[in-house]
Amino acid sequence: MSALDIAAAVRSGERSAADVVDEYLARIDARDGELNAFNLVLAEEARAAAAAVDATVAAGDDPGPLAGVPVALKDNMCTRGVATTCSSKILEGWQPPYDATVVERLAAAGAVAVGKTNLDEFAMGSSTENSAFGPTRNPLDVDRVPGGSSGGSAAAVAAGLAAISLGSDTGGSIRQPAAFCGVVGMKPTYGAVSRYGLIAFGSSLDQIGPFSTSVADSAAVLEVIGGHDPLDSTSIDAPTFDLQAVLDRGVEGLRIGILRELSGGPDSVEGITSDVQDRAAAAAAALEAAGASVQEVSVPSATLGLSAYYLVAPAEASSNLSRFDGVRFGLRIDAPTTGEMMTATRTAGFGTEVKRRIMLGTYALSAGYYDAFYGKALKVRTLMLAEFATAYEQVDLLLTPTAPTTAFPLGERTADPMTMYVNDVCTIPSNLTGHPGISVPFGVGDDGMPVGVQLLGPALSEPTIYQAAAVLEEVAP
Amino acid sequence: MTGLHEPTLPAEWELVVGLEVHVELATQTKLFCGCANEFSTEPNTNVCPTCLGLPGSLPVMNETVVDFAMRLGRALGCSIHPSVMARKNYFYPDMAKDFQTTQYDQPTNRDGELALADGTVVGIERAHIEEDAGKTTHVGGGGRINDATYSLVDYNRAGVPLVEIVSHPDIRTVEHAKAYVSELRDILLAIAVSDAKMEEGSMRVDANVSVRPVGSSELRTRCELKNINSIRSLGRAIEYEACRHVDLYESDEAPRQETRHWDEDGGRSTAGRSKEDADDYRYFQEPDLVPLTPTPEQVAAIDGAMPVLPAARRARLGELSAVADDVVATVVERCQDALALGAIEAGADADKVLTRIQNDLAVDDWSAVTGQTLATLVQMESGGELSATQAKQVLADMAAGNHGGDPKSIAEARGFEAMESDALETLIDQLINDNPDEWFRFTSDDEGDRKKMQGFFTGQIMKATKGQADGRAVAELLSRKSAG
Repeated sequence: MSALDIAAAVRSGERSAADVVDEYLARIDARDGELNAFNLVLAEEARAAAAAVDATVAAGDDPGPLAGVPVALKDNMCTRGVATTCSSKILEGWQPPYDATVVERLAAAGAVAVGKTNLDEFAMGSSTENSAFGPTRNPLDVDRVPGGSSGGSAAAVAAGLAAISLGSDTGGSIRQPAAFCGVVGMKPTYGAVSRYGLIAFGSSLDQIGPFSTSVADSAAVLEVIGGHDPLDSTSIDAPTFDLQAVLDRGVEGLRIGILRELSGGPDSVEGITSDVQDRAAAAAAALEAAGASVQEVSVPSATLGLSAYYLVAPAEASSNLSRFDGVRFGLRIDAPTTGEMMTATRTAGFGTEVKRRIMLGTYALSAGYYDAFYGKALKVRTLMLAEFATAYEQVDLLLTPTAPTTAFPLGERTADPMTMYVNDVCTIPSNLTGHPGISVPFGVGDDGMPVGVQLLGPALSEPTIYQAAAVLEEVAP
Repeated sequence: MTGLHEPTLPAEWELVVGLEVHVELATQTKLFCGCANEFSTEPNTNVCPTCLGLPGSLPVMNETVVDFAMRLGRALGCSIHPSVMARKNYFYPDMAKDFQTTQYDQPTNRDGELALADGTVVGIERAHIEEDAGKTTHVGGGGRINDATYSLVDYNRAGVPLVEIVSHPDIRTVEHAKAYVSELRDILLAIAVSDAKMEEGSMRVDANVSVRPVGSSELRTRCELKNINSIRSLGRAIEYEACRHVDLYESDEAPRQETRHWDEDGGRSTAGRSKEDADDYRYFQEPDLVPLTPTPEQVAAIDGAMPVLPAARRARLGELSAVADDVVATVVERCQDALALGAIEAGADADKVLTRIQNDLAVDDWSAVTGQTLATLVQMESGGELSATQAKQVLADMAAGNHGGDPKSIAEARGFEAMESDALETLIDQLINDNPDEWFRFTSDDEGDRKKMQGFFTGQIMKATKGQADGRAVAELLSRKSAG
């Protein structure tokens, strides 16, 4: 049952929110022992929230557009009085004294938070294996990863443990797990959704977005969580999106570009498997058949994205994660001096991948290395913005595979960080440019696992993206 | 420690000083959050997720801070530039995020200058916006972070807006360093962006000190002096540090570049943090804030609303009067120059107005005194209606707002009536008659005796008139009678 169907049933009184929530909590109970999608299930809180929604309906008041819809929250979004861990030992015992803006907006829309979902520690990873609380498994094949870093949120929706969920996407952390789990995942334009209360990884790249089983649900959630927030200075002061209204407009006359450098063909980055290439090509053909024009477009700097990203994101992370020092919150390992206490706390509290990125980022910002590393990465960002701007003069949207492969087996890539990092080669460019991107399921690969196709557009092109995504969803095999 | 010998710099050495002044801006709220920017005795009460650096919190720029900073920049003749905030990364428990948000290579204000009263011009390199840290108290051990038993952190001050004003190393004398800080404080008060109290820490001065042989233009190794809590202390610290450098050079040693802690009680500086593990602050642009892009219209509005600055105000009073410079300086510093100008405009003698204000209006609230009433008071005194002592008392009543602040009503209520000079003369003749020995000594050539007896006669007259006689008229009459 889609989120919009649930909301319609609850709003009309046909079904109680309490009944809906009980159904989802029962499924979590039955399935999550195996999947480990949730760090924390909020059964009591969810029942209380559902009862409040039912009371609103009974009183004849408007319970909101997402009334009674069970939502799962990635565990890097602050929830007042409820543990928020980033799947890290270093936040042990910490309960934020405030709600993230998105959490407030969902609650105000009547959605019911059923739990906090697992992630790669501090959202650093592409498989949800870097979690202090153990890996999340892919509900479609429990021996495979769900992708990451928002693997818990993707798995929860794919397994029906939540109707919708929120993830955060710094280099593909919504879109890649959506592709791996066969659900819809949207990374909005940077600044379209408030980051207030999202525990930062790479501040200039992070963006919150929804997972859902349908494009329409995704649009409905983005309408609720999007819009200006005075608490986030990078939040765009623009009218909220009107997305559900454009879903039936079709793609007649839309210009779609195949992004040459991320297509698997000549001049492309390597590693995109042929079954994934085929599905992306089939998606382009389907859009053409539905009335869009399709052409190949070149953005040469797209191949530099991965290198630039692995300087910018760790650099910002090295600074963002400094505050986890044992002084004010979370884990503290006592030691004779303040400096030794900080070192001991950070040594015990952070996992290997987080430490690796803090070191990478610290190095990239160091005196004498800044220009060669961080400074150069900023230049790549500027170049990419210019080249994508040129591309969007030729086409309305770009189409690429979401990830180079389908979901891989657990443990397959943990030994070599580089094989893990290339997972994000197709998604990273839009984080560096701040542009929106959506992943829509489009058939399966040779291994029977889902393939995701990604639609990219310029800043604030969400309506066009949803318009095309709705067509892709309809014609998908 | 006035009993101790204060060292002085040998004549063949020249002082080279640059000052870094941190000023707390007097805004309602902090730099990046809505917490009150006010002193609180209860620790950790003016705090929120943002100034505590809690995970997920974000900064939002306080626009008043930017306005105040630009106002200060323009008052110092700086040019205003588009700017970005940067992160200065270092671990310290009172720096909530373990980085300070500050302006680095793109400050708002650049290239200004500050003219001292004697005409010396000190270049201003920059005046940039940054946030303050919390306050750490180390308990036990030596009271320093490395040997304390435990430390307490109060984050009330975390995120308080600061402007750091960095001068060029243009200062060559201790007096100029003190004058620079004093002038800067007067400007801050005049443009109302800070209460600028060194003793309370809302204005903090660090001095970069080095020396060089007279005639040389080199810049030698400098030391940064911290913990200077008053202008007097600044002078002592610079003098001490310069002499320390000279001593080192003269014994074929050299100072090390380091931060040093001024010990006011001990009258010396001690080595602070060692620079061996050289700090690398890994500055980069703050991604959570957007660039500041002041428009020419904003700058024009600031210039248009700029009050007349202390130097110009002193010059104006200086043109109108012949009193000493320090009298004018005091009146301007207390922002009583508008009052003085009002009284002068209303016809009172400029010198008398300024002297009366400087001597007798050192009070917190003098809002009940107007130019007109002050002029009336001064004229009453000049015309002999009031003695100097009476005028002082009447002014105190005026400041307190008694009798509507009207000097005539106050004088009447107090029963002050200046003695007619005839009556005064009669009284003096009577006293001379009654005290022939004292009068003889007054008229003698012995200067000491004459002074003593002048005091005697004046005292007797004041006693007889209950203080209503005009001291000057008495002195004049006594002198005339002894001559005649």
